[in-house]
Amino acid sequence: MATEVGPTPVKAPASGGTPIHHGPKGVGEDNQILSQGKWASWLLAPTIIALGIVIVYPIISAIVMSFQKDAGLDPATGLFTAGGPAGVQNYVNWIAQQCAAPAGGTVACPPGTLGAQFWSATATTFFFTVVTVAFETVLGFWMAMIMARTFKGRSLVRAAVLVPWAIPTAVTAKLWFFIFAFEGIANQLFNTTILWTGSEWPAKWAVIIADVWKTTPFMALLILAGLQMIPAEVYEAAKVDGASAWQRFRMITLPLVKPALMVAILFRTLDALRMFDLPYILTGGANNTTTLSILVINQIRQGFNSAAALSTITFIIIFLVAFIFVRFLGANVVEQSGATGKGKK
Amino acid sequence: MKTPKFLLPVATAGILALTLSACGGGGGGGGTQAGGGDAAAGLDGRGPITYVQGKDNSNVVRPLVAKWNAAHPNEKVTFKEQTDQADQQHDDIVQHFQAKDAGYDVVDVDVVWTAEFAAKGWLQPLKDKMAIDTSAMLKPTVDSGTYKGTLYAAPQTSDGALLYYRKDLVPTPPKTWDEMMSMCSIAKKNNIGCYAGQFSKYEGLTVNASEAINSAGGSVLDKDGKPSLNTPEAKAGLENLAKAYADGNIPKEGITFQEELSRQAFQSGKLLFLRNWPYVYNLATTEGSSAVKDKLGIAPIPGATGAGASSLGGHNLAVSVYSKNKATALDFLKFMTSEESEKFYATQGSLAPVLGSLYTDKDLVAKLPYLPVLKTSIENAVPRPVTPFYPAVTKAIQENAYSAIKGEKPVDTALSDMQKSIESAGAGS
Repeated sequence: MATEVGPTPVKAPASGGTPIHHGPKGVGEDNQILSQGKWASWLLAPTIIALGIVIVYPIISAIVMSFQKDAGLDPATGLFTAGGPAGVQNYVNWIAQQCAAPAGGTVACPPGTLGAQFWSATATTFFFTVVTVAFETVLGFWMAMIMARTFKGRSLVRAAVLVPWAIPTAVTAKLWFFIFAFEGIANQLFNTTILWTGSEWPAKWAVIIADVWKTTPFMALLILAGLQMIPAEVYEAAKVDGASAWQRFRMITLPLVKPALMVAILFRTLDALRMFDLPYILTGGANNTTTLSILVINQIRQGFNSAAALSTITFIIIFLVAFIFVRFLGANVVEQSGATGKGKK
Repeated sequence: MKTPKFLLPVATAGILALTLSACGGGGGGGGTQAGGGDAAAGLDGRGPITYVQGKDNSNVVRPLVAKWNAAHPNEKVTFKEQTDQADQQHDDIVQHFQAKDAGYDVVDVDVVWTAEFAAKGWLQPLKDKMAIDTSAMLKPTVDSGTYKGTLYAAPQTSDGALLYYRKDLVPTPPKTWDEMMSMCSIAKKNNIGCYAGQFSKYEGLTVNASEAINSAGGSVLDKDGKPSLNTPEAKAGLENLAKAYADGNIPKEGITFQEELSRQAFQSGKLLFLRNWPYVYNLATTEGSSAVKDKLGIAPIPGATGAGASSLGGHNLAVSVYSKNKATALDFLKFMTSEESEKFYATQGSLAPVLGSLYTDKDLVAKLPYLPVLKTSIENAVPRPVTPFYPAVTKAIQENAYSAIKGEKPVDTALSDMQKSIESAGAGS
């Protein structure tokens, strides 16, 4: 990730500064554009085919699977038999928290089944998302403001900040697992005897703390990229006009950094909505820290088709959130080059 | 330039799909269709085969395979090493069997996977032409490889629970649970915790909770694989744990313990009794930081009236129904479970043998002094629930036993929820 994020601050102003090629179209240009389009589609074809194979096919096959029943056991032979078509039953079972009843039909899922955890897992996922993204945005902004200043050892600070982000999440999780152990550093340091992974709220906060520690640098760097696109003259002009530091922040920094900020928040939100490895390793999903992704993985071991339905539901939920972001909050992933171009006009 | 508005959702979906594809990895196997392969095919086939097992950390498998290959130049065995993560090993085997891969001839299966794989029709029944002699093996280990009365996997190594105790504080180890609880006053006097096992919410809790239930005379599943938790015995078993936690006999941090954390607590002298696997013995007696080096006693885990019913660990060897060289596979399986190989597991890898006779072998006992106690433990052991729905059963046990031990749910409710959850899993969907 470090190599991807690093060059952005340099690249972004450059692309913003390139002259815009697309003037009003003349009639003669139409043919040229048409042939260009053909050429482009040939060039794009390999990528699209590759994406089709690795993304579209698995998604469609998952959706097809989600309309199949899971294998049941033939009581006479003790062997599994194919479940057959299920219609939307798998989806209904998750959303209404219904489980198979021994006598046939369905009953409300008893506690201890995965089905009984659907809504609590959804709530937990959203709770984690809102809280961690909020913390990460505020802290990330603060870190970015510091890193944007010129001072000695700035590049060292920028590199150092990335360290938590560079460590694989599974390793981070194991690290925090030992920190939050009963005899671990957290309790020793604050002289407390909290069962961090043994009761609901401490467990939730343990996950939040570890996640914020890990991903704030990512936020900070994306925001930093946005900050560096703001020309210094704007601030100078504002200073000359007698704007206070707070006014400069609110009237200049915030609106100008907003496109980058929204993209950063969108990415983090999507990332947080599919949070898996951290709670899985840190708490094992105990004490109401089971997220939707953990539920999917647990279900895969109990029945593929039902798991496919659950992952499709998760997909739809995340899609809706992303759609709301793009549509209403102006997180502009697609039109970013256009938007920055507009700012320049 | 403006991207047309209608492309927005497409692009969004693309980004999402990229981010999501990481999650979908495990499910790519496709709909499991049962039926399996032909158990009558390839019975006389001979030729090169592949043996699949998790990471060979203590270098036990490679020397054995080399030895076999030297003696059987035309039926060479290739050793395919998996990761050291049990879940990944499980999923790897599932994917290969689903693809009807003939290249996974002999597989090493955890005792709890045997029923699932057998019910999927992936394992060659070890009967008739493929029969092996199990008479010298400890019975519970054979039970762990048996599904619906048929042996599907040959016991390879075993594992049972031991009760570690502080012999400087407790002169004679407790034989029953009640006796152990009555000794907790000693712990209190010395200002240390009394008893701990593994009560964090994970597979270890299933092991500990079934041990408690089995030791009190109950059982999780009956002979037909149906849950049988609404019994006074099961209640007494789970109540033992819940009560001990409420009384403080299990220290409050006990519900965060997995194997290692509980070992560390005991090894640093903070516990009077510890339930754990045999691996603790070597570490606690040799590690420099151990505070209990010369104060360590071992005993079978306590039950209601005598030795308790340990949960069984270990691995079994199975032949794939898709194998083309089953005759070779069977010979290799017999070779890997022979007395000589079993002895090698014990000396080289400290893995508990499945042959009863080895537990009194002088050389072995000299090297692994806990063997006689472990034999009692394994002889009294009960395999964890043998069911093709094991993943659902273990979750049902963990979820409800955890709530019961923490006192969030009365033991009765926890058991009836456990019962209903397991019934629902078995009902299919």
